[in-house]
Amino acid sequence: MPPHPHAAAPATPLPSPAPEPLRRGPRHLRELFWAFTVLALQGFGGVLAVVQRELVDKKKWLTPEEFVEEWAVAQILPGPNVINLSVMLGERYFGWRGALTGIAGMLLAPSAVVLALAWLYASVADVPMAQGALRGMGGVAAGLVAGSALKLVPTLRKNCMGGLFCAAWVFFTFASVALLHWPLGYVLLGLGSLATCWAYAQLSRLERRARSTGEHP
Amino acid sequence: MSLVLQGSDWLAFFTQFLMLSLLAVGGAITTAADMHRFLVGEQHWLSEAQFSTSIALAQAAPGPNVLFVALLGWHVGLNAGGHALAFAGALLALLGIMLPSTLMTYLAARWSHQNRERRGVRAFKQGLAPMVIALLLSTAWLLLAAHQGEAQHGRLWGLSAISALLVWRTRIHLLWLLGAGALLGGMGWV
Repeated sequence: MPPHPHAAAPATPLPSPAPEPLRRGPRHLRELFWAFTVLALQGFGGVLAVVQRELVDKKKWLTPEEFVEEWAVAQILPGPNVINLSVMLGERYFGWRGALTGIAGMLLAPSAVVLALAWLYASVADVPMAQGALRGMGGVAAGLVAGSALKLVPTLRKNCMGGLFCAAWVFFTFASVALLHWPLGYVLLGLGSLATCWAYAQLSRLERRARSTGEHP
Repeated sequence: MSLVLQGSDWLAFFTQFLMLSLLAVGGAITTAADMHRFLVGEQHWLSEAQFSTSIALAQAAPGPNVLFVALLGWHVGLNAGGHALAFAGALLALLGIMLPSTLMTYLAARWSHQNRERRGVRAFKQGLAPMVIALLLSTAWLLLAAHQGEAQHGRLWGLSAISALLVWRTRIHLLWLLGAGALLGGMGWV
């Protein structure tokens, strides 16, 4: 916890009480835990939007720029994105205890809810209407995932590998995983390494060209 | 479905999730296709219905969508013999998918943030970007393909397509979409 900025006694008496420093984070572990719990429980269909609204807009624990940066790192590091974010934020506020508290807040209550839902569903699984409802939700869930993929497509426009290569890579990856059912590990290691090497080469080329023409890359 | 799972089976189960944890670039849902391959296709520890149920329920429920992994474990445990094993399965799966990546994030987040401009890091991000998109599409494809032989399959595809469009182009709250899906499905229109 950072020391209170007004800890030292003023040399002359202040005319009015010193203003509270702008709060940039939870004051203790419990606040972190409850904040994340309340946040997670509002996250129907996914927590990201709620995280942004709560932590950036309402609590102002992060600026919008900080949030985008943190989220970018959380996404690129493997693993559940929201969990990564919880670890990163929790760690920043309270070290490893904060990281664990963050995860706990994000997971404990939702886990209880989800298991309860599964248990409840099992008890009505024979009812055709319940089956139909879940099938409908499954269809929507597939659409949600596809939609989130589509929202990422514009980011490929600025990709150093170029539109054609990216499209081809989307196709090859999709074919390997969805159609040919190749194990993901091999696909990522194989196609992933190739793509990373190609991207590296492209970035080098672009930077060399920028240097030679005097432009800023 | 009822199974008999030995200790070695549970170890293989746990290890699979440990491995997928480090491969889950872009989120846990990107590895769902491989979980399907392993749990449904290879080991037959889970039925198609249980697989898609797990994902649909986790999406509908509040909280991180990674909880679909807990439900996969839950259903495997249930198949293996009852609620105690179901709970254990859920815990094992969730720990598996989280431990390696969480540890890596804890250790590497600062480094990643400070070194995000390095060419190798940028190459990794840009190189993997199209693959993340493809993996998400694979998951969606898989979720739909699971309903292959059923009646009104075409309508389900239509529902998914519309949902995808709405997510892509509008800011409609996902809960409304899920609710609509539940309603349409419950009424037998999909």
